[in-house]
Amino acid sequence: MGTGSGRLYAAVAAGGFRRYATYRAATAAGVFTNTVFGLILVYTYLALWDERPQLGGYDQAQAVTFVWLGQALLAALAIGGGGFEDELMERIRTGDVAVDLYRPADLQLWWLAADVGRALFQLLGRGVVPFVFGSLFFPVALPREVSVWAAFLVTLLLAMLVGFALRYLVALSAFWLLDGTGVTQMAWLAGLFCSGMLLPLNVFPGVLGEVVRALPWSSLLQAPADVLLGEADPLGTFAFQASWAVALLALGRLVQSAATRRVVVQGG
Amino acid sequence: MTDTAGTSETADRAEPGAGAEASAAVDAVAAFIELDGVEKVFDVRKKTGFLKRERRRVRAVDGLSFTVSRGEMVGYIGPNGAGKSTTIKMLTGILTPSGGRLRVAGIDPSRERTRLAHRIGVVFGQRTTLWWDLPLIDSYRLMHRMYRIPDARYRENLDRCVELLQLRDLLDVPVRQLSLGQRMRGDIAAALLHDPEVLYLDEPTIGLDVVSKAKVRGFLRDLNAERGTTVLLTTHDLQDIEQLCSRVMVIDHGRLMYDGPLAGLHEAGESERTLVVDLERELPPIEAPEPARVVRVEGPRQWLAFPASASAAGLVARIAAEYPLVDLSVREPDIESVIAKMYAERAGA
Repeated sequence: MGTGSGRLYAAVAAGGFRRYATYRAATAAGVFTNTVFGLILVYTYLALWDERPQLGGYDQAQAVTFVWLGQALLAALAIGGGGFEDELMERIRTGDVAVDLYRPADLQLWWLAADVGRALFQLLGRGVVPFVFGSLFFPVALPREVSVWAAFLVTLLLAMLVGFALRYLVALSAFWLLDGTGVTQMAWLAGLFCSGMLLPLNVFPGVLGEVVRALPWSSLLQAPADVLLGEADPLGTFAFQASWAVALLALGRLVQSAATRRVVVQGG
Repeated sequence: MTDTAGTSETADRAEPGAGAEASAAVDAVAAFIELDGVEKVFDVRKKTGFLKRERRRVRAVDGLSFTVSRGEMVGYIGPNGAGKSTTIKMLTGILTPSGGRLRVAGIDPSRERTRLAHRIGVVFGQRTTLWWDLPLIDSYRLMHRMYRIPDARYRENLDRCVELLQLRDLLDVPVRQLSLGQRMRGDIAAALLHDPEVLYLDEPTIGLDVVSKAKVRGFLRDLNAERGTTVLLTTHDLQDIEQLCSRVMVIDHGRLMYDGPLAGLHEAGESERTLVVDLERELPPIEAPEPARVVRVEGPRQWLAFPASASAAGLVARIAAEYPLVDLSVREPDIESVIAKMYAERAGA
């Protein structure tokens, strides 16, 4: 890994960013969808927190902030699908992955770079508008300290890594399953529920809560949200996310080498 | 060590800055691509009942041995499923051989895939290495980074490819908007920006129209002649081979069936071309000179078979002089029929 490969993966990330930037109508439609989803969830949460103030340790403003943060990150972290994984699975199914494999580049780093590029675009293109909209029209709890915002950005970056690592494993399953629809849907469900996209994870009581908060998906939304809302210690959160990122990326490498060594590349 | 080896080399090769490359090339000059008893066995699992699976071993490549010298242009043909693509994939290092010895430029592809990748170029006709949603030039910039091509070299090679493959107006067009022929030329350029010593082409003219085919062939011929790039070409189109390759290898069931000049293949397979003529009206079968003969008549249209090694000119002139000719076309024998005939020959012998 020299500066040469650094420049390559930077170019891949830039390409990932621009690929999504070319589809403006899709971006506009996405912004609209996220805003509408946000509105539905906000009114549901407001009703819920009206009945149970301080549910999960959040006050009403924090709960509302959580909703808009979730909508801002939904596309960027591809929690409900829509990341690189659909494309990679299709390439594995059709055998186009052969093209990726003979290149002098690392498969995992290549797709990581492409997905980070995509995530950055969707954070800016699809995330900012719903978040600003929510902050303007609803009572939100945003920090004033620059250091908290900085810590939040670090958690976002780590969330991107964990999100990628999870979806990379999902995508590689196509080497064995060929039709990855079932796995994708399971990953999508697990992502929505276990990240806190439906309800903040600190709302869940007892063992279920403990388990869900320890799973990697909580790195995606719950962890950045708690840092932004001042509910979690940033360093502990970084460590939690980084551990999952390292473990899952390493597992991805292991599966990758097994896949490329033992499995036939499709298409003759 | 590099210096001493380099001096004797650079004297006759006159390739500047070839240092370590040249010393490695010394060993590889005789046989740039080398296969010795290469095998590839796949385990295929077949469903034979509810939950029951039967394991079957498929020998995609079965004891394949051949060598290709530096600067050769070799056609590699065979029917579907013969093991062509499997061979190419082993030559790129994507697939690991189950047995035998395989070297490209002295490198074991599957062990040093990344090192080899800098020295080879690959075009899979039915797949693309280009970035689908982005302008063509973006993919080339990516190649620039990926293969760490020095800036001046990159610009020089890009200019040359753009010029010869007529890509100037396409550089800013997103790849998804390119026609198949344009995309193929784009892919060939992408495979050549890093000056590969060998180019593997898997069906580079598949689905292209006549004009695009001619452009691609002309470019490949020049590339081989001017740069001495070794080319291994897989195709279903015998004309590709006829116009480009002095040597052809035929593979079937993972084994080498024939290795030699194309003319020899036609002899071995006794292949025939077909002349289709449209006459003004329905007539009795044309009395053609030996060895041509009418094989089919349908109204005013007649089909004549004649040896692939013979010229069609004499036959056409004769028919035009003696019959009311309206239109005609020549059909080349396809590889499947040549190989089928080759089998029949062997079985009979």
